[in-house]
Amino acid sequence: MLGDGILKGLAETAKNFAGSFVSKERMTTVEYPEERLPLPEAARNFPFLVYDGNDWEKGLRCVACQICEKECPPKCIYIEKSKDKKPDYVGKPQIYPAKFDIDISVCMSCQICVEVCPFEAIKMNTEFELATDDRFGGLLLDRKQLALSNEYYHQIHPTEASEVDARLAEEKAKVEAKAKAVAEAAAAKAAAGAPAAPVAAKPAASVEAKPVPANKAAEVAKAPAMATAPAEPKPVPGTGTDGAAPITAEDKKNAETPAKTNEGEAKAQGEPKE
Amino acid sequence: MTERLDQIFVLLKHWLLGYLPESWQTPVGVIISVVCIIGLYPALFAITTVLERKGVGRIQNRLGPNRVGPYGILQPMADGIKSLTKEDIVPTSADAVVHFLAPIILVVTVFMGFAVLPMGRNMVLVDMDAGLLFYFAMGASTELSVFMAGWSSRNKYSLLGAMRAVAQMISYEVALLLSSVVIVMMTGSLSLVKIVEAQNHYSYGLPHWFIFTPWGFAGFIMYAIAGTAETNRSPFDLPEGESELVAGYHTEYSGFKFALFFLGEYVAMFSISGLGSTLFLGGWMAPFAALQFIPSWIWFFGKLFVSMAVFIWVRGTLPRLRQDQLMNFAWKFVLPMCLLNLFVAALWRFMGDGWLRWVVCSAILILAYVNIGREGMRRKNFGPRSYRYAE
Repeated sequence: MLGDGILKGLAETAKNFAGSFVSKERMTTVEYPEERLPLPEAARNFPFLVYDGNDWEKGLRCVACQICEKECPPKCIYIEKSKDKKPDYVGKPQIYPAKFDIDISVCMSCQICVEVCPFEAIKMNTEFELATDDRFGGLLLDRKQLALSNEYYHQIHPTEASEVDARLAEEKAKVEAKAKAVAEAAAAKAAAGAPAAPVAAKPAASVEAKPVPANKAAEVAKAPAMATAPAEPKPVPGTGTDGAAPITAEDKKNAETPAKTNEGEAKAQGEPKE
Repeated sequence: MTERLDQIFVLLKHWLLGYLPESWQTPVGVIISVVCIIGLYPALFAITTVLERKGVGRIQNRLGPNRVGPYGILQPMADGIKSLTKEDIVPTSADAVVHFLAPIILVVTVFMGFAVLPMGRNMVLVDMDAGLLFYFAMGASTELSVFMAGWSSRNKYSLLGAMRAVAQMISYEVALLLSSVVIVMMTGSLSLVKIVEAQNHYSYGLPHWFIFTPWGFAGFIMYAIAGTAETNRSPFDLPEGESELVAGYHTEYSGFKFALFFLGEYVAMFSISGLGSTLFLGGWMAPFAALQFIPSWIWFFGKLFVSMAVFIWVRGTLPRLRQDQLMNFAWKFVLPMCLLNLFVAALWRFMGDGWLRWVVCSAILILAYVNIGREGMRRKNFGPRSYRYAE
């Protein structure tokens, strides 16, 4: 009969009207500035620089190798190397970026800088509220603005960050074991043959150099350990079901990368010395 | 006490007038009433806009405006300030005088309709003998302002919108009038006050509203359809169809002139709702004899708000009609039903009391509804469309 469709429609809208007051499923609105949905773990926006410990300047992982600068497709990264050196996470003296600028108005969020970085120093941030009234200065981030702590990294990408920490710890353990072996060998040699004076001097120097960075390294090692702890339970707070799928994808990718990263690292470690 | 509360506005006006010399009392009394009407309905309009936006939002599972003030109730203030401070643009090639006059004529004629509407017991500005006629005369002149707006803008969308508006309003004006004529036939008066009085008696505690008769019910349905079309409300909002005509006849209006069109549209809705409740829903009468202690004006404005809620509900439900559907519906369904309703009303009048007239009148109307609905509204297959020039 004419008009029953209209009545059906009216019933449907009335159901919607009443339902929107009681059912959370119907009202899907998230009132953004006050409420916000947790970002999925795979969310990414613009890169930032990771630092360990509390002092961003001292703990910056970046060694100014400039691989990211060279790889960046839109060329939005600008790096100036420092003249002096500071110890990195394993205690090896490395140069650091005296200047590290990213122009986020140019950046296209491709994450290539993150993929090529051998030092796990640059990662993708999830911060998206970057509006500014100065479109030149306001969007050109210097290294102070870019430096964010490892804890923050754990907050935004828990799975990825724990993997990175594990890899760095492994790396450090390997270096330490090697140094120890070298030292032991040297000590054994020194004990065995006293006349080999010039040979003994060299290991002695390396042994002498060791203790200071070892302290530092312990400190650095503590920070990741501390940061890893809250990320241990699998259902990460702040990441709903949305995060689940991206995490697995990330896992797979990370499973592939270590070999590559190690290669890159070997290459890169040679590079700054040139 | 109940009596006092019921007449509070009338008493207040008389108390104020008591301070004036006798010769001044009549004109000042009229001015007071007019100012009240002109102040009241825009205020209701402001409340309705925010209620509508929130209601339609809820229908679509949104929140609606909730930023200005608590729960967004100050939204109309923000809108008003915005439209007042916006630049008033008149297109270079527009007819400036007509362009300026159109919104004013709309608002004036729309407000004129309230002159004869009884908003409570003894609360009517002019108790005119030909009140209904006056109301429809004023209602019909809104078409003039709509066409003035569309024509003077010198914009093809405006003109198209105005053409549509005039075609639609004239078509539905017929139905609107014919559906109200049954009331005049039964009460024998064009005065809206007398029409309300004719419904003002109860049996078994239930009112004798005209909607509770077969012809009254059919008339009310037709009136509601025609009234919706007359005020250019969804689903009959073709004249201002945002998606195809930008905004129809008020495309070229900005700032406060646009706000006036908006105001005129809503006040016309109030006025049509008010007339509808006066004609069919007993005006300011209580729906039950037991509720008569509540002041009459509360009932009138309550009915007004209920019909506004229905307007909003319908707007949130139905999609816009096509122009040919609109015209088909007006001339092939609403008009025949209205004409038949005249006959049924006459039959009712001359069949005398008894249950037989209920059966006969209802049967005629239902049969006609089903048949006209089936035959007249059937989708006709005209075969594949052929294009003579565009191929």
